Amino acid sequence: MCLAVPGKILSISGEETTRTGLVSFGGANKQASLAFVPEAKVGDYVLVHAGFAISVVDAEEAALTLEYFRQIGELSELEESK
Amino acid sequence: MKYLDEYRDRKQAEACARMIAAVTTRPWSIMEICGGQTHAIVRYGIDELLPEKLTLLHGPGCPVCVTPVGILDRAFRIARRPGVVFTSFGDMLRVPGSSDDLLHVRAEGGDVRVVYSPLDAVAIAEREPDREVVFFAVGFETTAPANAMAVQLAAQKKLRNFSLLVAQVRVPPALEAILAEPGCRVQAFLAAGHVCTVMGTGEYQPLVDRHHVPVVVTGFEPLDLLQGVAMALRQLEDGRSEVEIQYARVVRPEGNPAARRAIEDVFEVTDRTWRGLGPIPHSGLGLNARYAAFDAEQRFPDAAPEALEDPACQAGLVLQGRLRPQECPAFGGRCTPEHPLGAPMVSSEGACAAYWLYRRRRAAQVA
Repeated sequence: MCLAVPGKILSISGEETTRTGLVSFGGANKQASLAFVPEAKVGDYVLVHAGFAISVVDAEEAALTLEYFRQIGELSELEESK
Repeated sequence: MKYLDEYRDRKQAEACARMIAAVTTRPWSIMEICGGQTHAIVRYGIDELLPEKLTLLHGPGCPVCVTPVGILDRAFRIARRPGVVFTSFGDMLRVPGSSDDLLHVRAEGGDVRVVYSPLDAVAIAEREPDREVVFFAVGFETTAPANAMAVQLAAQKKLRNFSLLVAQVRVPPALEAILAEPGCRVQAFLAAGHVCTVMGTGEYQPLVDRHHVPVVVTGFEPLDLLQGVAMALRQLEDGRSEVEIQYARVVRPEGNPAARRAIEDVFEVTDRTWRGLGPIPHSGLGLNARYAAFDAEQRFPDAAPEALEDPACQAGLVLQGRLRPQECPAFGGRCTPEHPLGAPMVSSEGACAAYWLYRRRRAAQVA
């Protein structure tokens, strides 16, 4: 029920409560309301739930999480090579 | 898909699990709240990557599972009325009430339609002005803004044939109820990432202050879950209790202000009964007085007696993390997805369904 999927905004139409984006989910395109993410622009990734974008994905934070795992991976290889 | 696939790397997950094992000095129990997280944990075997000392308890975060039998039976009665179009997300269709489900109602001629968004239900009401269109508003805080916007839109369009049957629930009061239970084993929570995307983290600070329990807002992919566990573990080992955000790529401390405004405009906090858990004060949302005209319970009043749960169903214990699904005597016998006793066996977020889908075959092989 709380499932939400990230997708890329391809185009935007309408204003305020009717502001809608065409969002690509790995190639499958679907309309989503952008009423709750007024800051969202074409090219942004948004998290979509029940037809509504509820957050704009922060690319820097996304990269930080991956960096954390890259470092753990490196440490683990170092340990193994000891 | 971007922002999904890169958080599923097996090697990195294993390295993280080894790091977690290396820093775990004592037995700890951490509860993931959301049923979506439970499914990812069981599906990817994350619990099995973790050291034996670390136990993941599955929480109550399955709105389908906690919708009380009384509201389900009421939904079926409304859906059977001539002239009604009853709309719902797909996951509610197979959830058993006291003796029925929405699929049966549809098979018997009820006009039950699955929608992807509550806005689809508003569109049906506009297209079919002679029909009464009811939307089954089930969900946590994640879904509340969408349902609120549907009501606002129906009000703007002056639709008189649209209403919500509301069974909307809130997470923080349920966590309070779990912590208040005697013998509670939960020492830290992985909070539900998408609920907090909407609500932010402010509601969890009082809980942390009162119970000294770490809360880490966590995502849904394997690496998210492992990092969430690692952050909660570090707090437990350090003797700290704070609200932290693992899922920072979408969750901000303040949540989503526009979505929260929509909730506040349309809903008010109410007491609600949770299936399997019983009544929990302040744990629900209901339409406020301004939008009372859109309340299906007022539009279709009835006074049927409150229905009873099948006593063989142990869903309440499962939802509190006190019983593993396969420990239930009915699991896989009297209770299967084809003939469920309770909702967790049919919901895509139910713990029983997760163990049935991902662990049953292996259990059979071992036996």
